[in-house]
Amino acid sequence: MKTTITLMATTCLTLTAAMANADGHMAGEMTIVSWGGAYSSSQQNAYHDPYMEKTGISIINDESSSEAVAKLRAMNEAGNVTWDLVDVEAADAIRLCDEGLAVEIDADEVLAAAPDGTSASDDFGDSLISDCFIPQIVFSTTFGYRTDMVPEGVEPPKGACDVFDLETYPGKRALNRNPIANMEWALLCDGVAYEDVYDTLETEEGQAKAFAKLDTIKDQTIWWTAGAETPQLLADGEIFMGSTYNGRLFSVIAEQDQPVGMAWDWQMFDLDGWVIPTGLSDERMARVMDYLEFATDTQRLADQAKYISYGPARASSAPLVGDHATLGIPMAEHMPTDPANATNTFYNNYLWWADYRDDLDAKFQAWLSQ
Amino acid sequence: MSGVPIYATTGQRIWYYGFRVICGLIFFFLIAPILVIIPLSFNAQDFFTFTPEMLAFDPEGYSTKHYEDFFSNSDWQLALRNSLKIAPVATLISVSLGTLAAIGLSQSHVPFRRGIMAILISPMIVPLIISATGMYFFYSNPYIPTPFGKIELPFTLTGTYIGVVLAHAALGIPFVIITVTATLVGFDRSLTRAAANMGAGPVTTFFKVQMPLILPGVVSGGLFAFITSFDEVVVVLFVGSAGQKTLPWQMFTGLREQISPTILAVATILIAVSVVLLFVVELLRRRSERLRGITPS
Amino acid sequence: MAEDMLAADGRPLKASLNRALRRQKLRALMLIAPLLLFIMVSFVMPIFDMLFRSVENQIVSETLPRTTLALQDWDATAAQLPDDPVFEAMYTDLVLAAEYKSHTRLGSRLNYEMTGISSLFRKSGRAVGRFDTDRYTDAFQEADPAYADPAQWAEWMADDEIRAELPRTADAYDGWAKMLVSVEDELPVEEEPWDFVYTALYADAQAGADLPISVDLSGVEPVSLQAQFEDIDEDWLDPDVWLTIKRYSPDYTSGYFLNSVDLTKGADGIEARPENEQIYITLFIRTMIMSMSIMGMCVLLGYPIAWLLANLTDRTANMLMILVLLPFWTSLLVRTSAWKVLLQQEGVINDILVWIGLVADNDRLQMINNQTGTIIAMTHILLPFMILPLYSVMKTIPPSYLRAAKSLGATNWTAFWRVYFPQSVPGIGAGCILVFILAIGYYITPELVGGTKGVFISNRIAYHISSSLNWGLAAALGTILLVVVMLLYWVYDKIVGIDNVKLGG
Repeated sequence: MKTTITLMATTCLTLTAAMANADGHMAGEMTIVSWGGAYSSSQQNAYHDPYMEKTGISIINDESSSEAVAKLRAMNEAGNVTWDLVDVEAADAIRLCDEGLAVEIDADEVLAAAPDGTSASDDFGDSLISDCFIPQIVFSTTFGYRTDMVPEGVEPPKGACDVFDLETYPGKRALNRNPIANMEWALLCDGVAYEDVYDTLETEEGQAKAFAKLDTIKDQTIWWTAGAETPQLLADGEIFMGSTYNGRLFSVIAEQDQPVGMAWDWQMFDLDGWVIPTGLSDERMARVMDYLEFATDTQRLADQAKYISYGPARASSAPLVGDHATLGIPMAEHMPTDPANATNTFYNNYLWWADYRDDLDAKFQAWLSQ
Repeated sequence: MSGVPIYATTGQRIWYYGFRVICGLIFFFLIAPILVIIPLSFNAQDFFTFTPEMLAFDPEGYSTKHYEDFFSNSDWQLALRNSLKIAPVATLISVSLGTLAAIGLSQSHVPFRRGIMAILISPMIVPLIISATGMYFFYSNPYIPTPFGKIELPFTLTGTYIGVVLAHAALGIPFVIITVTATLVGFDRSLTRAAANMGAGPVTTFFKVQMPLILPGVVSGGLFAFITSFDEVVVVLFVGSAGQKTLPWQMFTGLREQISPTILAVATILIAVSVVLLFVVELLRRRSERLRGITPS
Repeated sequence: MAEDMLAADGRPLKASLNRALRRQKLRALMLIAPLLLFIMVSFVMPIFDMLFRSVENQIVSETLPRTTLALQDWDATAAQLPDDPVFEAMYTDLVLAAEYKSHTRLGSRLNYEMTGISSLFRKSGRAVGRFDTDRYTDAFQEADPAYADPAQWAEWMADDEIRAELPRTADAYDGWAKMLVSVEDELPVEEEPWDFVYTALYADAQAGADLPISVDLSGVEPVSLQAQFEDIDEDWLDPDVWLTIKRYSPDYTSGYFLNSVDLTKGADGIEARPENEQIYITLFIRTMIMSMSIMGMCVLLGYPIAWLLANLTDRTANMLMILVLLPFWTSLLVRTSAWKVLLQQEGVINDILVWIGLVADNDRLQMINNQTGTIIAMTHILLPFMILPLYSVMKTIPPSYLRAAKSLGATNWTAFWRVYFPQSVPGIGAGCILVFILAIGYYITPELVGGTKGVFISNRIAYHISSSLNWGLAAALGTILLVVVMLLYWVYDKIVGIDNVKLGG
């Protein structure tokens, strides 16, 4: 029996030692959730690194933004919020806010004013689409294609509708494994007028129409769940064209030098930004607020554009956007907002999606697995 | 089976060599993915792709930058540290509790042996995704069930180091139980009796007589438990949080979010470590056979 | 024998032996107990806890307590709308739920049963605070300023007689006061009650109750709550919506289990789901068939290897064993991504096939993002689990049997098939069930290489847990899967015995 006791004691000792070592939330540590890849490293360069240098607080990166809503709900239910700040898309921010999973903030109180004195709320303007949302960037979901796979004598694809044209552009496609953007593109390319897309999508017939259009390319499509998949598939030559975030395509083309071109037509404009989870202690909250004020000021937002081709959400940052940090090329022309790229743009209706996400998600997933 | 006999017919010869070729192909199937990983980890580009430069053996196409990334990137280093902090503790728990229980189970009269065995093996049987979610829910709000209702415990285990260690220890236990009981099946009971006869207490007997003999089983069970924890991603993704992210976690998010051959560099390092470990196990096995007086054939 | 045999200490031998046996049993149990306890707490209880979620359904009655109660009297079969008290109850519940921000979650819950409810609840949560019921508030407050006095309200609502006279008002006030304290962090004695409290007061007055200060309400034009709800969305006039709420209002439900076998609770009992929502039966069947194929592949590839290893000298066998164990010890994720590199259309295997000329360049094989991809990658991952038990069984078959059979005139084939093979069957059984059990629970590999057609039921479980947040359905699917696995385990234990699994130790 002594053996048992000895072994149990050893185990207990180890556990206690481990417990003493367990981090929980040590002072001076912050977990920031984001998307990973080039996007996270642009944040690391523009926000985290300078902030850590300035304050000595260490930042842990968690690349779980794609499951942020689920995890935040679970954390909230468990009463154990381990995240301090979460980077989400606008539609998710609205959902989180609706469910009370994100903290409502007053932009003018929390965020720094522009250098010329314009208040934060005026500087961010329309991008403050929810009380919980602190916008960071304007991005778009758009298409990249292999330039060397364009059939001879054919114009290269211009945008979303060419995805549905299997005859002119044979080959595999890659699309996002969720209904957002895909449903809109399907209707738009099926002849529905831009203004009517969301109204149509509200009806059963409209949804059926969108699915019918998607059906035409279903067996030629690889469905991605992470923005980095399309760049990999393009680099491998596995697909002819695929949708992904414009910044990822920029990195494939400009940084990795792959034979890939951009097709901007009907790019889907979207916003991305921070939300603060509810349930933080006062101390953690104060730390997050301090970080936020730093990381969303005019200069920091403009700095991020040095690393990735997303437009800053602040009006005052736009003139400060300069050249790429390592390549030295001007970034402005790679922004989704550049007039040359923005001839036909689609504005994601976040509020509509907040309402219909559950409905359409269920239908889309069922459609996919059939 | 030492070569083909001289009197074998042509058919037998064909069969003999044909069979070896088939086996060779299957071994190749087993090893092929590993053979692919190693060169790709030296890719100069940020994709999982054999570039034309690589195929032409152009030194330009190769680079050690992904190894440098692994050693310089703070996320990877955190993941490595976490893995090294979690796996040994989890293994220690599985091995200590598992060995005791295996000794208990190998006694001749154990009531409900089958049932107990089923429960102890269950972490291996229950599909991981179910275990992961179950643990997630329960560790979030742990409670003690009593006939009068639940007593909620005032803490949570998800997103904590302890939570991940407990979960991994549970997953490693079946391996320890299986390997140690298997060793104990061949264990000669008269040895412990002899020790007791000569006046050794149970503890002395255990450490001086039984332990050295069942050590290979304990070690290999422990190694399985270690690898289980070291390579486990589903449970840690649910139960852990970024503060506990392990190497597989970092690989998993890496594969989904930021496809980068750093993952392959890590894998190559791990493969090298595995090879060393496997040789250690093999050497240990030979040593134990010598100890037990079985000549290695 | 008249006298019992005695042991050395003078006790009856039988008792002494029994005592020794008891002590031995106790000793064994004491050794097992720590681990058993550990597994129970860290593993078995979590599993049960999870399975329990598949029937839990308190969310409806917790979020809409008044509506749930009011709907009990509603005859659902008449295909008619519920009457006013239900709308009144829903009004109160929804205002409160919107403040607690729990209406969206309830909407998501009910959306699993009827698509469209989620958006309905979200819209209504935004609009429900702007009903025309402020008319009642104004009427009361104009009639007597006491009705606008928070302190007066608090006093009334503390009076049991008034509470008994105004049951609806008391209930609404209590709900409001509780919400005020917990959500807004304010005190009811300092705040004017909201419109829905006055609406309840109006309803009480209409029902003939004596108001604390009587008010003439004849001049107040009644507000039709039904019309107010209709203004938000016409779906509120769809009896099916109410039916769904009523049907899923009990605290425990079989709904998730029905859902996981493509059934639903319809108007006349249990019925099949609409065709475009039927996916789970297909998935279960696919999971079974694919796991079987993987198992078959493992036998096919594992048997020769195990045979070779069992018949080589130990030293060579152990070195070759490293080739078997190496992939077994290499990260699952890495092996899976390696298969991606190998199998894709521009991948290594296709490149080689094109180079040899077996496959045309424009007609490359599709081996990934479909079932083939899943089967190849998983066969590779699970092959060691087949080889190890097979090997340990084959090691015990004396080679002399084969030689004996041959010397008795059997051909190679007959000797193998009639003598060797039957003895290796337990190993095949062990390997098969091990591989099968592990295969049906996998989800990472299918997720990465399976596309949409090569995924398993576990992928759906993972999807419901981390994306759709339908934890109840995930638990139900998990329970079914677990029952299947348990059955297999039981069969396995019967045929082979769990002790006979060796992992190359």
